[in-house]
Amino acid sequence: MQVNDKTEFVPKIVAFCCNWCSYAGADLSGTNRLQYPANVKIIRVPCSCRVNPMFILRAFQRGADGVIICGCHPGDCHYTTGNFYARRRMTLLFSMLDYLGIERKRTRVEWVSAAEGAKFAATMNDFAAQINELGPNRRLEDLRCRQN
Amino acid sequence: MQTELKKRALELLGDGTVDRVIGWQTGEFSYDMTPAVFTSAEDVEKNFVYNDFCGANVSKYLIKECVKGGRILAFLKPCDTFSFNQLLAEHRVSREHVYIVGVACDGMADVQKMKAAGIDGIVGLTAENDTYRIETIYGDAEMKKSDALAERCLTCKSRRHAVHDELIGEEGEDRPDSGRFDMVAELEAMTAEERYNFWRGELSRCIRCNACRNVCPACTCENCVFDNAASGIAQKAAADTFEENMFHVIRAFHVAGRCTDCGECSRVCPAHIPLHLLNRKFIKDINELYGPYQAGADAGAKSPLTSYTFDDAEPSIVRERGRE
Amino acid sequence: MKYISFENLHTFFEQASAQLNIYVPVDAAGGQSAYTRWTPGTEISRGLHTTRSAKEFFFPQTENLVEFKMSGKNIEIIDPRSETEDYAIFGVRACDIRSFGILDEVFLAEPVDSYYKNRREHGLIIGMSCTRPAETCFCQTFGIDAAEPQGDVTFTEVQDGYCVAANTERGKAFLDALGAIFEERSDDAAAQAKEKTREIMQKLPLAGLTTEGFGGDRLDALFDDPRWAELSEACIGCGTCTFVCPTCQCYDIRDYDTGHGVKRFRCWDSCMYSDFTKMAHGNPRLTQKERFRQRFMHKLVYFPANNNGEFGCVGCGRCLASCPIHMNIVKVMKKLAEVKEDE
Repeated sequence: MQVNDKTEFVPKIVAFCCNWCSYAGADLSGTNRLQYPANVKIIRVPCSCRVNPMFILRAFQRGADGVIICGCHPGDCHYTTGNFYARRRMTLLFSMLDYLGIERKRTRVEWVSAAEGAKFAATMNDFAAQINELGPNRRLEDLRCRQN
Repeated sequence: MQTELKKRALELLGDGTVDRVIGWQTGEFSYDMTPAVFTSAEDVEKNFVYNDFCGANVSKYLIKECVKGGRILAFLKPCDTFSFNQLLAEHRVSREHVYIVGVACDGMADVQKMKAAGIDGIVGLTAENDTYRIETIYGDAEMKKSDALAERCLTCKSRRHAVHDELIGEEGEDRPDSGRFDMVAELEAMTAEERYNFWRGELSRCIRCNACRNVCPACTCENCVFDNAASGIAQKAAADTFEENMFHVIRAFHVAGRCTDCGECSRVCPAHIPLHLLNRKFIKDINELYGPYQAGADAGAKSPLTSYTFDDAEPSIVRERGRE
Repeated sequence: MKYISFENLHTFFEQASAQLNIYVPVDAAGGQSAYTRWTPGTEISRGLHTTRSAKEFFFPQTENLVEFKMSGKNIEIIDPRSETEDYAIFGVRACDIRSFGILDEVFLAEPVDSYYKNRREHGLIIGMSCTRPAETCFCQTFGIDAAEPQGDVTFTEVQDGYCVAANTERGKAFLDALGAIFEERSDDAAAQAKEKTREIMQKLPLAGLTTEGFGGDRLDALFDDPRWAELSEACIGCGTCTFVCPTCQCYDIRDYDTGHGVKRFRCWDSCMYSDFTKMAHGNPRLTQKERFRQRFMHKLVYFPANNNGEFGCVGCGRCLASCPIHMNIVKVMKKLAEVKEDE
């Protein structure tokens, strides 16, 4: 008998969403009854630049299989420039994770405005499908946190 | 070189320009020099040394020294001056408390290279032209200076002093072709799995002694997040491979844009992990994505991580370039 | 005396590994050497020292002590220990073997540390004589004979192989069980090799270092010595010396929250750290000078005071080779010895 692990794998996805655009975008996708996977766990942050690199590593440590950061479109930041800094930081951090051999598809940044409920749902669907394909995060996981 | 440095130290102490000197003092063997502060002419006369084994970057000690007031004479090699300048930019040292004598440098020696070549039991060492004559308990040996050159000096970024009050020796030039990113590029050309295996092999040797952090002139937090029990990630040992990765990634990220590539982290690592390859990756990325930037070259420059342009690359660029 | 040639050494490992797991020093990347489990084809390091000492066989850098598993209102307490199997550590130098005795004083004294004891008792120690000590060696300062390592079995390197002798009943039983892999040789070759090692030891630059002026009764004389300030001036407060040290035995116990339980573990700690012995009010040793002094006073004064005069250093020289700023116990001892003239 062949046991297919992939069908049983439900990825854990952490989405850091900025309060002003992306979180409102998630809200809109909900009120519009657009479907996105239930395994996407949203963490609301005041601004995408609130996301410290440690947050991302910690998410992986605690069992996340993919981490996505969503913020306002460049130029539209509620705090004017926050997402510009976030953009540089995340670019460098993702590049470093890639350099360490962590699968580059496990991390993503998307700009989602409050009006883009459909884009939010589509992004999450796409990202979840991608992580599903990649399988469980093993390279950036803390074995002590693994259940069982 | 030592004679000139000593002479200048005595002069500057004598005429009251400075009230103490930071340099290196004699070791037990011929290669183990310890950074030291000298307060009297006799002390300098007796204990001050300068030779090819004075690789330690003393600029970080100047944070402590600046707080003490007065004025201290520091002999800084080109790479040390970049660190000093960066500390200046971050207001960790003050210019008026330090009198900088730039020392021309064509590379420091690494005794590990001698030991790796099977030269052990070293009891005496003299430099003659381009060769070290080494006396050991197992007989005499010699090694070309170029073969004993420290790893970081092989890919020296600049022989120019970023800041100085005066110079001893001739001023050098930037060395953009030193090939310091070659190894980073080599890693980038590997597959993700090869890179993963490479770094696992290296980082798994980490003993979490914190030498890289404590010696780093860019690591100047009063209370490091890894020592702060309230941070939730304080750790005294890497209890899991994740923690090995996290410590080094976070440390490298925290000094990204501020790291001058002085190479102290790799020099002090007792496990010989090439930690500079992490920092150089950030430097290379910054250069490529946001334009050439050398931390510490200009104390007034804005760091690439505290500035931006509207048209900066999107993070998705990581997925698009290099090998997966 | 039993003898085995360099070429036949692999038969020793083959036979021994059939009995138990045998760990040998192996050269790793970056000029490092570390203990690795022997498997066919393993190349033994010819270097003097492993980067870290063999103490981690008994006292690993991190070790889970107990686990708490939470489900609802129930807490299950799990002891993660399993009975250790017998194993052997091959190629331990005389200094490191002495260090086990020092660790035993700490961990096997009442109350006995059962985690340590479990590992210690299952480990068979195969010592290796030194033939090429380094300039950083000063084991003779502590009365250690590099030519005559203790332990259960001793390998003495001679010109073309090793002379092998058992020092304990356990070692004898181990060798007897190996079968006919050894040849018989007269004791002369081993005696000669030992003599040669001792001659080299005499020539080492640190051969004259003595412990005079240090010991359990020197607390008052040394504690407030003004020279601690200059000695510790360059110390960067890293833990390199403590982590490569075969006798440093301080540890911290911490809880790790796994999200569904707690793992209580202990890990090596270093007196050089700002959060060493940190209590509610902070670290009792406020500056690096005090932390630095703690390390050397522990080895040279406090330890002998509590352990019949035995010093807490074995002179392996690892700290001399690896300190980022080259400050070490030898420099401290020499500097403080100068003080005596003023007394």
